[in-house]
Amino acid sequence: MAATTGTYLIRGASILGGEPADLLVRGGVIAETGTGLQAEGATVIDAAGLVALPGMVDVHTHLREPGREDAETVETGTRAAALGGYTAVHAMANSTPVADTAGVVEQVFSLGRAAGWVDVRPVGAVTVGLAGEQLAELGAMADSRARVRMFSDDGICVHDPLLMRRALEYVKAFDGVVAQHAQEPRLTAGAQMNEGEVSAVLGLAGWPAVAEESIIARDVLLAQHVGSRLHVCHVSTAGSVEIIRWAKGRGINVTAEVTPHHLLLTDDLVRSYDSVFKVNPPLRTDADVQALRAGLADGTIDVVGTDHAPHPSEHKECEWAQAAMGMTGLETALSVVQHTMIETGLMTWADFARVTSTAAARIGRLADQGRPLEAGEPANVILVDPAARWTVDPFRMATMGRNSPFKGRKLPGKVVATFFKGHPTVLNGELNTPYAFTDATAAGVA
Amino acid sequence: MKHLLSTEDLSLANAIRILDTAEEMAAVGDREVKKLPALRGRTVVNLFFEDSTRTRISFEAAAKRLSADVINFAAKGSSVSKGESLKDTAQTLSAMGADAVVIRHWASGAPHRLAATDWIDAAVINAGDGTHEHPTQALLDAFTMRRHWSRLAGTGSEGTDLKGMRVAIAGDVLHSRVARSNVWLLRTLGADVTLVAPPTLLPIGVEKWPCKVSYNMDETLAQGVDAVMMLRVQGERMNASFFPSTREYSRRWGFDDNRLRALDTLGMKDTIIMHPGPMNRGLEISAAAADSPRSTVLAQVRNGVSVRMAALYLLLSGDTREPAATPALAYAGAHSTKESN
Repeated sequence: MAATTGTYLIRGASILGGEPADLLVRGGVIAETGTGLQAEGATVIDAAGLVALPGMVDVHTHLREPGREDAETVETGTRAAALGGYTAVHAMANSTPVADTAGVVEQVFSLGRAAGWVDVRPVGAVTVGLAGEQLAELGAMADSRARVRMFSDDGICVHDPLLMRRALEYVKAFDGVVAQHAQEPRLTAGAQMNEGEVSAVLGLAGWPAVAEESIIARDVLLAQHVGSRLHVCHVSTAGSVEIIRWAKGRGINVTAEVTPHHLLLTDDLVRSYDSVFKVNPPLRTDADVQALRAGLADGTIDVVGTDHAPHPSEHKECEWAQAAMGMTGLETALSVVQHTMIETGLMTWADFARVTSTAAARIGRLADQGRPLEAGEPANVILVDPAARWTVDPFRMATMGRNSPFKGRKLPGKVVATFFKGHPTVLNGELNTPYAFTDATAAGVA
Repeated sequence: MKHLLSTEDLSLANAIRILDTAEEMAAVGDREVKKLPALRGRTVVNLFFEDSTRTRISFEAAAKRLSADVINFAAKGSSVSKGESLKDTAQTLSAMGADAVVIRHWASGAPHRLAATDWIDAAVINAGDGTHEHPTQALLDAFTMRRHWSRLAGTGSEGTDLKGMRVAIAGDVLHSRVARSNVWLLRTLGADVTLVAPPTLLPIGVEKWPCKVSYNMDETLAQGVDAVMMLRVQGERMNASFFPSTREYSRRWGFDDNRLRALDTLGMKDTIIMHPGPMNRGLEISAAAADSPRSTVLAQVRNGVSVRMAALYLLLSGDTREPAATPALAYAGAHSTKESN
């Protein structure tokens, strides 16, 4: 069925950081696991010292296409994803036009199939044009070829409480989830950075933690009231972690994500006025960073989402207040999570697999992703060299965005290979070839 | 010193050096020929992204008294969407051979970006950026205070600091670059600062600043002050609920006639009233207070030219070395130095 996938014998990889074993990849699936496997004609990959993990699933990616192809395209963004160890990404809806119809989500879906680097799962807008006034045709997007399950106005908060309630209720009809960008708009008018000691000195308008926490508190209560599934995007404050922990304790069906940059960086970096550090929600304090790490480790926060947000250089080489918000993240996520969570002893590689793959696939309802590394499972697998050290150079990345806040930092961990549906999209740490979807041309994508 | 971007990172030695140099520059202003040849052949660009006639002409007068060539560049509303970017503007000025750029910008941090990037190699002087800093305003305020404080001590002002001087800064601290620059510089010079404002017009995080905070003007005055600095308040702030009305603001936080009389009643005959201008008479300061003998408003304007001459001279004269941590003091007056912090 998939003509391009060959046979690969991965020898001696540490499975989820545990005991070494061999993985035989054939016909798009993991055909066999064990030790001392043999396979006629297989390409042998010596994986001694490497960790085998399920392909990563990003619940939060901005691919910018359609509309801002000067910032990123589905092709360049998914190349970056494959290099970063991803086999699936959720493409956020704030494109131009907005992904608020079946037509646009099918276009993005088709572009993803044509590119063939990862599964591209479009996220549908909650409201028409992200305007927060009227529900988009959520059912049509769910029923489309893109089979949308996650809906979000990300970038903008669904702040009208009644509209949020209705959205939460409505998506139950097709097992959907509303992913909320929690930001009370009146409390953040003109906001430029975290409100606190640093903003006071820098004279930049503050983005208070309460603007995030008050929306999350409201939304978990709404989700409880209507019995719906809520996902909270890019949680950034210690208070948010507490509220979500409380909500989960009450049995409310809420999941949450944290970005790699919020696990490492603080608002002290804004003292440089270098807008590469401008992001929404903003970088917070060290106390918040520590609370986010603890929340991710104890399961309060379910997943790591990159919020990969590439911007052309002219949108960053300017005054702080003029600069666009956002950072790239697909090609650094694994390293930052290894640095902040694994090398600190807070998590194991098995935990890593949970927060970057298994739980993310469950939130997005991706049946073929985030699966165990066992015989018969889809071969979405990555091999990671945890001993590697590298210095981040945005100009050597596959993404078109040069706005990496980790520029110049030395980070651990490197993706050596990415298998997507049994096909190596990345080999020896470099892009190989995309997977050839059999329907890619039939999808009508030029 | 390559640039003058903020008072937060200005050392005591450099602050004293600027103030002392400004005293020398002030002496030039008293001469018949008010001009020095120090910056002949050098080009100073006044790059103003925001209207400010007062600050611009002050810098222009300062540069011209030092014989520099002055170019005024009014770049209002520059942005990626509206026109040329800051980067392109900076590179243009660089190509024209600017030796110093005096920048006024509505965006906090714009001068820092100019200084930190390789867009331009010139010395950068921050002439006010957003709600961040206005270092030359704080320096001219300190210069004015220092003259007053040393006169009271019966010494010359050169080499002295402001140790023991009690300064109240009152008004819209939240949106004030003048307040921020003054808080840092006065801390460095050893003064005791109290901010007086409605809680809505103080930034979250102010409790970490090196000063006291009060919500009560009358209590602050009763505790004794040597200088009261009134900040400009925009009446439109009431529309964003920072205060209920301009009348209530005036009554609670303005320097009105009653408070002017209170200075006399409380026996504070030497307390000065300062304002960076432009004033809203009848809002944050009454006409009687603004025009009283205590008012230093016009002295501040005059001193502004001297301080800006000093800044331009020190940045462009080639001596960019840091002075010794503890400057040699010309006068060991009552207000002696403190260690550099």
